Amino acid sequence: MTAFLQLDQVSKAFGAITVAEDLSFEVQSGQALGVIGPNGAGKTSMFNLITGTLAPNSGRIMFDGTDITRDGAAKRCRAGMARSFQVPQPFSGMTVFENAMIAATQAGGLHGKEAEQFCIEVLDQTALLDRANTLAGGLTLLGRKRLELTRALCARPKLLMLDEIAGGLTEAECTSLVQTIKDIHARGVTIIWIEHVVHALLAVVDKLMVIDFGRKITEGDPHTTMESPEVQEIYLGIAADA
Amino acid sequence: MEWVNAVVQGTLLGGLYALFAAGLSLIFGVMRLVNIAHGDLIVLAAYLGLSATTLLGLHPLAALLVVVPAMAIMGYVLQRAILNQTLGKDILPPLLVTFGLSVIIQNTLLEAYSADPQKMNAGALETASFSAGGLSLGVLPVMTFVIAVGVIAGLQWTFYRTALGRAFRATSDNQEIAQLMGLNRRHIFGLAMALALAVTAIAGIMLGIRTSFDPSIGGGRLIFGFEAVIIGGLGNLWGTLVGGVILGVAQTIGAKIDPGWQLLAGHLVFLIILAVRPNGLFPRIGE
Repeated sequence: MTAFLQLDQVSKAFGAITVAEDLSFEVQSGQALGVIGPNGAGKTSMFNLITGTLAPNSGRIMFDGTDITRDGAAKRCRAGMARSFQVPQPFSGMTVFENAMIAATQAGGLHGKEAEQFCIEVLDQTALLDRANTLAGGLTLLGRKRLELTRALCARPKLLMLDEIAGGLTEAECTSLVQTIKDIHARGVTIIWIEHVVHALLAVVDKLMVIDFGRKITEGDPHTTMESPEVQEIYLGIAADA
Repeated sequence: MEWVNAVVQGTLLGGLYALFAAGLSLIFGVMRLVNIAHGDLIVLAAYLGLSATTLLGLHPLAALLVVVPAMAIMGYVLQRAILNQTLGKDILPPLLVTFGLSVIIQNTLLEAYSADPQKMNAGALETASFSAGGLSLGVLPVMTFVIAVGVIAGLQWTFYRTALGRAFRATSDNQEIAQLMGLNRRHIFGLAMALALAVTAIAGIMLGIRTSFDPSIGGGRLIFGFEAVIIGGLGNLWGTLVGGVILGVAQTIGAKIDPGWQLLAGHLVFLIILAVRPNGLFPRIGE
């Protein structure tokens, strides 16, 4: 069985700064992969490489059976991948609903009433429906995070990439967000989730990968991986033999 | 009554200026491109109209059916082939390239049509007039104004009520994210330029029916368009119409005081508004 998303020895460096080094991993269709690593480990850069915002220096990226290494961001998006940003980046001069509609019509391939209905459903799911006509620039941080998720979902992705979407949320907000993401996953959407809030991550993902300095340190069963000496040492800063 | 007449005639003239300005405003709004060749593109449209009337024997207004699509296609190709390559963080390349384009268009028109002033013949429409409230109004200026209002309303509707407009605004708001939402920036910019040159085609034909034109007048039309856009406030289409009207009224009142003051009066009003309201009268909210 071929992987749904496959990175094959992908490398990217900006001068002396390496953000990805021989990075290889696979995500199977329907899987939820969690990604952890220290700040500056290259997690967000990995998303940029997958979505096409960054072009790799070498290596190959396969998505849904096609080599997409040379494809632009817009094409990859229409092929079925969507992401949310760690620092929310809404179209701030447009309303929440219009932000959702852009994703639904351009990336999701929906039209007219069908698109509107779909956006309303997603906004309801992400608890933003009452803010639908607010300008996106006027939302609170939580609102913007929810809009990131909304916009990614409206794109009707086969692969959903979440970048620290739980960061900065209260415990209650986090719990409801985790439930929302679980629901999405249950519908068969493949997920890659970068997160520092580990308990939120562990509640959803079925595989965990650790990266540092653009390299894959380890991957495997989430709980086993969390307890492995590599993670204890590199990610949590505790010496393995201490 | 003479003064009222001057204001009314100026308002109608403002419709033409708004048509000059609308394409400029649209392009700047969507892709932050300042098109120095805009005036020459208006003149090019007038010449295409002239050719359509002489070669095909069409009435100038019927020539719109040919010139509008022709200019739109030209706009899309121009954007994809040349202008997209100039867009980036640096604002200088698009200025230089459109300036070069301006020189090329002017000289091509000189080669093709000579430097002699030309005019489109619209027959009875040119002199037709009617009386309203004691004023004698030309059918053509009124028609131009109505078309201008229609064009601005149409653009406004496109921007805020259609999927294409949403794509324009999203791309204008954040190009990087728009790409990630599946919008192809190059294509969207191409469509924006096509739409802008379609409007420019209308402007060129109305200009060519109203007055005589030669290849060198593009620069002046560009200035009028710029002034209308700036007076109205960047990115505000209805503001652009108001800007055009203010400019037109200033010119006709200036001409009323002394015929030599027509252009100067327009520029002075522009200067005063720029000094008092540097962002124009109706800058877009939130910017």
